[in-house]
Amino acid sequence: MLCNLCGKNDASIHLTEIVNGKAIELHLCESCAQEKGAEFSHQFSFGDLLAGLADLAPITMSEAVRLEKCSTCGQSIAELSKSGRLGCPDCYKNLQRSLLPIIKRVQRSTQHVGKRPQKVSAKVKRQITVRELEEKLKKFIAQEDYEKAAEVRDEIRKLAAEKSRTSENSSKESGTKEKK
Amino acid sequence: MAIGFLDELINVPGEWLRAEGPESDIVISSRIRLARNFSGFFFSNILEGEARRQLIEMVREAIAKTSLLKESEFFYNDKLTAVDNEFLVERHLISREHAREKRERAVCLMKDEIISLMILEEDHMRIQMLQSGFKLKEVWGTMDTLDSQLEKSLPYAFHPEFGYLTACPTNVGTGIRISSMLHLPALVMIKQLSKVLQALQKMNLAARGMYGEGTQATGNFFQISNQITLGLDELDIVDSLEKVIRQIIGHEREARQALLKSRKFRLQDQIGRALGILKNSYIISSNETMTLLSMARLGLDLSLIGGMNTRMLNELFLLIQPSHLQRIAKRTLSAKERDIRRAELVRERLKSVELA
Ligand SMILES: [Zn+2]
Ligand SMILES: [Zn+2]
Repeated sequence: MLCNLCGKNDASIHLTEIVNGKAIELHLCESCAQEKGAEFSHQFSFGDLLAGLADLAPITMSEAVRLEKCSTCGQSIAELSKSGRLGCPDCYKNLQRSLLPIIKRVQRSTQHVGKRPQKVSAKVKRQITVRELEEKLKKFIAQEDYEKAAEVRDEIRKLAAEKSRTSENSSKESGTKEKK
Repeated sequence: MAIGFLDELINVPGEWLRAEGPESDIVISSRIRLARNFSGFFFSNILEGEARRQLIEMVREAIAKTSLLKESEFFYNDKLTAVDNEFLVERHLISREHAREKRERAVCLMKDEIISLMILEEDHMRIQMLQSGFKLKEVWGTMDTLDSQLEKSLPYAFHPEFGYLTACPTNVGTGIRISSMLHLPALVMIKQLSKVLQALQKMNLAARGMYGEGTQATGNFFQISNQITLGLDELDIVDSLEKVIRQIIGHEREARQALLKSRKFRLQDQIGRALGILKNSYIISSNETMTLLSMARLGLDLSLIGGMNTRMLNELFLLIQPSHLQRIAKRTLSAKERDIRRAELVRERLKSVELA
């Protein structure tokens, strides 16, 4: 996470302030924290800070994109900037394009690894497998192990074929993805 | 019902203050918090009325089906008074944000205070485990099991790329926040803490002070936690934190020895003065008390003072907090009354403490 003041250094000092009964989080780098010292009491809101982050994000954040609404909850990135919160889990899918640069900035990665629910849908499971295979494929190619790479590529093709055979729903979904 | 349960808690120190477990002279507590949300519901901030009640009942039913939360107590917020809420915040069982929420929300607590579960906080559900001493791996093990038990009856919102979906993108992915509370008086005294902070910064870890009534970090307590929740698996995050904390423990121990060697008189003087104020004041703020108790704790760790144990001292850190004082008094106290009661309590508890 970057410093909320300079936006350049990584934030290593995290403060919670109570202003008018509201808790406000402030993330600062060491030098800004030292410089600002006693000035912490002036008004900050997490929303403004996140707005700052969003504004720093690449050109993709045009006004139209900022105001684009999630079709499930009606919230937009503009509201995320204000409240620091998304509206619903679907926002991650519906506003993915504008969220990606923000996530990348905050998290430095855009791919989850680690625990996942046991009972995810078949569709999600297949997406996960394909993604993992693609990672493997990249690795084998980098290692110039073309034999193993070919095997992995065949597996990916097989899964893709499965996908086109199954429900209408998932094919619709991949359709919108390809348009991007 | 809430009142009875919470009154019972006041007689025991929170599990995280028990001063047990590995390295508990420096590492006060190990905490893991998991953020989980459910598909089919808006996030908490825009979720209203009936849907909130539905979500709470859904979680309550899921809790009943787990083995780990069988013995838990469940509270709806309309049963909790302002002092109850503050009390739970002081014991680190719920967050300030959760305590402030006026709309429907709920809390599930285990009597040993190791596990607490906030429903309709910033995220739909936040599971917390808090234990004394340095044992992050162990805490993650139990957390993992509990999460899997809850998952069986809850529709977790999950995305193949972004992982567990959270209301704020800063928590997305694993949804995990792992933290340890460290007492680092010697590093502060020899002005080496900034070096520690720099090292943490390089590893994308965060440091935060522990707060008393005001906004300034008090008592030389620092909470070290992970900032990044996406792109690393849970065990990697646990490992990297463990490694760093081990180093910080080493530095703090070295600093303590250096102080003993080169500045023993000054150290004894500071600890003696702290004890002098604690044992003889009649009006004292919580911030001042925290700062002085931190010195006393260092004195205890270095065998420079005697007549009490760390657990009793840890307990005092909690009992001097505003809502704990009010719960003991069984009524609301003004700030001035609290300062008087606090001084009284501290004098009483430290009666037998002397310089060694
Ligand atoms: Zn900065
Ligand atoms: Zn949405």
